[in-house]
Amino acid sequence: MNAQIESWEDIALERIPLFLAGHDVPWVTRARQSAFARFAECGFPTRRDEEWKYTDVAAIAKRTSLAPDNIPPDPSSEAALFAWTLAQKGTHLMVFVNGHYSDELSALGELPKGVRAESLAEVLDGSADLSEAFFDREHEHGVFAALNNALMTDGAVLELAPGAVLEKPLYLLFISSGNGTADYPRNIIMAGEGARATVIEHYFGMMEAHNFTNALTQISLAARADLQHCKLLQEGNASYHIAGIHAEQAAGSRFVSQSFALGGRLARNDITSRLDGPECRCNFDGLYLLDGRQHADHHTRIDHCAPSCTSREYYRGILDGESHGVFNGKVVVHPGAIKTDAHQSNRNLLLSRQAEIDTKPQLEIFADDVKCTHGATVGHLDDDALFYLRTRGVDEESARSLLIYGFANDIVARVEAPDMRARIEHLVLDRLPQGDQIKELL
Amino acid sequence: MLSVKNLHAGIAGKEILRGIDLEVRSGEVHAVMGPNGSGKSTLAQLLAGRDGYQVTAGTVRYLDMDLLAMAPEERARAGVFLAFQYPVEIPGVSNALFLKTALNGVRKQRGLPELDAMDFLQLLRDKMKLLGMDDKLLARSVNEGFSGGEKKRNEILQMAVLEPRLAILDETDSGLDIDALKLVADGVNRMRNADRAIVLVTHYQRLLNYIVPDFVHVLSQGRIVKSGGAALAVELEQYGYAGVESENEVSHVS
Repeated sequence: MNAQIESWEDIALERIPLFLAGHDVPWVTRARQSAFARFAECGFPTRRDEEWKYTDVAAIAKRTSLAPDNIPPDPSSEAALFAWTLAQKGTHLMVFVNGHYSDELSALGELPKGVRAESLAEVLDGSADLSEAFFDREHEHGVFAALNNALMTDGAVLELAPGAVLEKPLYLLFISSGNGTADYPRNIIMAGEGARATVIEHYFGMMEAHNFTNALTQISLAARADLQHCKLLQEGNASYHIAGIHAEQAAGSRFVSQSFALGGRLARNDITSRLDGPECRCNFDGLYLLDGRQHADHHTRIDHCAPSCTSREYYRGILDGESHGVFNGKVVVHPGAIKTDAHQSNRNLLLSRQAEIDTKPQLEIFADDVKCTHGATVGHLDDDALFYLRTRGVDEESARSLLIYGFANDIVARVEAPDMRARIEHLVLDRLPQGDQIKELL
Repeated sequence: MLSVKNLHAGIAGKEILRGIDLEVRSGEVHAVMGPNGSGKSTLAQLLAGRDGYQVTAGTVRYLDMDLLAMAPEERARAGVFLAFQYPVEIPGVSNALFLKTALNGVRKQRGLPELDAMDFLQLLRDKMKLLGMDDKLLARSVNEGFSGGEKKRNEILQMAVLEPRLAILDETDSGLDIDALKLVADGVNRMRNADRAIVLVTHYQRLLNYIVPDFVHVLSQGRIVKSGGAALAVELEQYGYAGVESENEVSHVS
């Protein structure tokens, strides 16, 4: 079976392709249809839309199909094997190829008591034992979330019972191998009271693949739950990637989101968290390392809705060539969220004259007795530091690489899972002219 | 080893060094003293290869090479070391990685094999112990969040690891309390040998109580106006720079 969506009317006319999960489940079909109706009504955003002022998505529809494919995963593909060998060490691994779960490539291993990790498609085609609430919320997160809701193919469902602890990370590897394909991964993470886990989302694309990924991850944390979420974007040079990561936090929970944008033609990440209970902790860290004509846009939003919560946001960008970075970080302190402690910073290093950054940290405060700070900087490599390194016998190119590495490393060092931290450190070094030399010395 | 002849140099059209002559031979320790603005730091930075200065006249030979024609890293690899007055912070780069990168660059140039990780760590620990430095500073970013004294000791640690032929110490004593000053001075004294020359650039005589120089030079308005032995530093301490400078004015006129 190699079914394709012939036209958008198929969906509008209730002919959900059979390969899309949950086609026999009435509420899933209803959710897909109403989301699709919304997408059809709004269409792609344009640059006149304030939220999309710096990111032009018109090329996506021109260059790729929006229809999800049903290309069966090819476990022998070189990229799949490569990425898989990277991912499997010391993790619970779930691999998705072109948006579909591959049982053959995955290595979930034994999960601790109280932990459920399954393919979303299997859940929807089987018991459909999931809260419908996850699927009728797309209107909260914009038109691409609606498109994902209409066409989601597969993804991971992680559910942790109260008190359950997943010691090894759950590693979700999404491989794009096709040309002109569209993938719609959808992940749902639910952590019960006091539960703890680390989830890695790694998007890996073939060097020359031009495909469109529209991913959506929803996270629900009960009281005192602790989730570290690390996203690594390493798509092909001609790929478009648009994703949302949206969390809701109950009292005393901790959510750490880390986003590393290292590859892809165009990337847009919308990352949000709503702090619904007191004494939550929310950390957003991010690094975009761009070159050539790459474009990466991070839009983040933290809603402080309850008192005594703490949020920290550290985003950094390194931009070379004609690349373009966008950072838009919003912190909203709602009425009653007294004793909020929020700090946000975005620092950028421009390595060429043609590179461009648009940065906009925003604070909106509607409560008294809060401590909120924010700041953004744009600069070049520090001449004093370059000279200092050179007086120690380090040649100029190596000194530049070392300084760029150091700038990135302040964010990379914040990754708590040691294997992941080392992997990202190496990926950063792979991008630097004298990175190999630094690798040998680490 | 180092021969500076009639060196004139400035920045942005303003002449700062106005005819420096300085001869330093292997095994010697020289102190270059002078008030603020006399050109001490300019001389130190220029010898290390800082960009932005225009040399308008004169020559600098180091081991029979034209020092001014060499890039800063070439000077370092040839054995020139500058301990900075204001050591630079390098966020995100650990002190251990920094020292390893520097040492390997220098060893390569000298035709020596790279040190293996264990030997290197042992070498660092031994040298740090002598300087009264905590090993925790190895994992921390270079100079970031270091106290003034820790930064200065870190400079001496780099010198001890890189084993230069010519070490120039720019105001290494400033910001040190008396205990730290003694440790730093011991560190420098341990490095004195027949093959190495040391130039101490300093405002105060205090450091010279612990590192006794063979020669003292007084720098004023971009010129060395007086040279002598260690006793000259004591004289300066008593009469101040003004005394020495006015005496010099007189000797010029006569």
